[in-house]
Amino acid sequence: MPTTVLRPGRTSRAPLTALREGAVKLAELVATPLVPADYLDMVSPLRASADLCGRIVEVRRETADAATVVLEPSGAWRGHEPGQYVRIGVDVDGVRLWRAYSLTSPADARDGRIKITVKAIPDGVVSNHLVRHARPGTIVQLDQAQGDFTLRGTAPAKALFVTAGSGITPVMGMLRSHGARLEDVVLVHSAPTPRDVIFGAELRGLASTGRIRLVEQHTDSGGMLDAAGLAELVPDLAERETWACGPAGMLDAIEQHFADHGFPERLHTERFRAAVTVAGDGGTVTFSGASTTVEADGASTLLDVGEAAGVLMPSGCRMGICFGCVAPLREGTVRDLRTGELTTAAPGDDVRIQTCISAAAGACDIDL
Amino acid sequence: MTTIQKKPENPIAHLSRQDIEDIGEQLDAIRASVIDSRGEEDAAYIRKVIDAQRSLELASRAVLLASLFPPAWLAGTAGLSVAKILENMEIGHNVMHGQWDWMRDPKIHSTSWEWDNASPAELWKHSHNELHHTYTNVVGKDNDLGYGIMRVDEEQRWMPFYLGQPLWNLINACFFEYGIAAYDLELGKNWSTRKENPEFQRQAAEVLKKIRAQATKDYLVHPVLSGISAPTTLAANLTANLVRNLWTHSVIICGHFPEGVETFEKASIEGETRGDWYVRQMLGAANITGSPFMHLMTGNLSFQIEHHLFPDLPSNRYAEIAPQVRAIFDRYDLRYAEGSLPRQVASAWKKVVRLSLPNNFLKRAASARTPAAAVATVTELFAPAPRVGRGEERQAA
Repeated sequence: MPTTVLRPGRTSRAPLTALREGAVKLAELVATPLVPADYLDMVSPLRASADLCGRIVEVRRETADAATVVLEPSGAWRGHEPGQYVRIGVDVDGVRLWRAYSLTSPADARDGRIKITVKAIPDGVVSNHLVRHARPGTIVQLDQAQGDFTLRGTAPAKALFVTAGSGITPVMGMLRSHGARLEDVVLVHSAPTPRDVIFGAELRGLASTGRIRLVEQHTDSGGMLDAAGLAELVPDLAERETWACGPAGMLDAIEQHFADHGFPERLHTERFRAAVTVAGDGGTVTFSGASTTVEADGASTLLDVGEAAGVLMPSGCRMGICFGCVAPLREGTVRDLRTGELTTAAPGDDVRIQTCISAAAGACDIDL
Repeated sequence: MTTIQKKPENPIAHLSRQDIEDIGEQLDAIRASVIDSRGEEDAAYIRKVIDAQRSLELASRAVLLASLFPPAWLAGTAGLSVAKILENMEIGHNVMHGQWDWMRDPKIHSTSWEWDNASPAELWKHSHNELHHTYTNVVGKDNDLGYGIMRVDEEQRWMPFYLGQPLWNLINACFFEYGIAAYDLELGKNWSTRKENPEFQRQAAEVLKKIRAQATKDYLVHPVLSGISAPTTLAANLTANLVRNLWTHSVIICGHFPEGVETFEKASIEGETRGDWYVRQMLGAANITGSPFMHLMTGNLSFQIEHHLFPDLPSNRYAEIAPQVRAIFDRYDLRYAEGSLPRQVASAWKKVVRLSLPNNFLKRAASARTPAAAVATVTELFAPAPRVGRGEERQAA
């Protein structure tokens, strides 16, 4: 009988659980006003019960301005789906800064390590730090993988990836994971020169063995690719499930093309940059948790305003994509700097807003 | 001391309005230079101090498990005392000031830090950061001037209660962490109305909860874990807390009580400019001279002047800017108050003793021509005065 088998197990487990809980309670009494984790972090930062973080194992140069950072995530890491991104918190000159980067490692890497590939952008504090100054052994903060720019469990008979610059990174994660499952793959990738193609050698290797059809568009010599050019390059475009990742202009053009030709559902996009088009009206911003009140102008994001005032603001991509910066708006009105749309919260509403693309449009109270 | 406005020789009378604003600009420039150069080395510094403090505390508590053995008791008690002092001063006080908030590390941040002290962080931050640092040395506004139990300025009106202040000061020194908690609760002011004051009740409950957790750790859990060494570990923890209390109390009274530190009238801060505020901070604090280790153990509050000018700059940078700050004092012929720890402690205590009596009391008693006059002077001390609470009295001062 299952019950008789289970019973001894249950009785022996209960005291064990009680013992464990007692030990935790005792450790808390011993450590107060700190918590036991504060001491454990000193010796074992990557343990399963620690806040999610990772240790840099290797920084591998990809191109002149891009590098892959190999990380050993701590025990709390729950894995990822290819195409997803991860928020990473890096201390640059003593200041913890968060950004979001696509994961480029296969989902089932045997060593459990994960990789992000970073392209240094001009004036990019974090990207330049990671590409040029990150050192193995450094602990960085992580968040669980997020994002729905994935194959979503499907393996389409025909797939098209359209990427530009570092837009190749989420796609590389998919190719490395699902390469065998995807039988007919076309990849159209834009980069200034052949040498700027991140993962150039690996992609050309896949192409030479016939696993993918690779079209490289070198924009310094060949100019930008437009939607018509894409349709010409890929005659069976309408039959292909398409994933596109790159600058806003490119994505807008492709979206338009797919919509005009009647198959917008075939297109999946990941935007790396959000266009800031409108300004709010500004106002008095209260960060109630931090008891901080500041005057904000209509063009500054609430994230920038809060950080400048010394409030501990959660953040991520800083361009409206990753939702790492979301905070409850307790009361007041904010404006989405991309669309001009207003969001208003009455007391008790606690509307969750993205602080990185929202500006004050009158007085507002943020629960941070 | 007498408030600066009532002194026969006002030490800032020679400063023009322009001088005061210039001083403000020069100090702002010093502040900006530190903020601009704040970085990786500073972050590494505070993390190193925190790691060292935690290692020392763990090691000391481990050694105390064998505290029955006298050398272990001595080493463990000494280590734990130092660890507690570091935790309260260089780490807790400064983190809660927001000196390290710029790192954006939620674990080393003024909004999340809790310290090894009876007073909960939230309460302490209000009374210390908001009240004391804003109203520094303004008689009637800054409760740090005597903590509400002592008279440390001639212009605080004398009452017979103050006769006992050398004793109050000693008791406060021994139980300083509880004194701070009572002070942060404004116990004296709030006690009589405690039943109608839900905010006070909430805060008092927080304090009791914190005290319970602290006492359980030091006086129950760690001793019990020591088994046969329980009584000696208990004694060690009591001693470490006492040493920490005496040390922090001594450092704190050196900050504002020694002779040479100026106080200010309430009316004088109306319409105060940034330059005025800076000048008040310059004259309202005193430094302690000593070795780098001494500075570390005071939480760099030995640079009390620099700390009061720039409460949120990282403490490890005060030593570096002190000569620049001092140059401004010299340029404008202002007195940079400083002295060794023993000298400053003695000076503060002397004042506590002197002001336990009414102003010029000894002089008057000594100059009494007849025994009857001397007796009359002494009797005056106990003459029934109009009954006012100490709080009101400070308001009136």
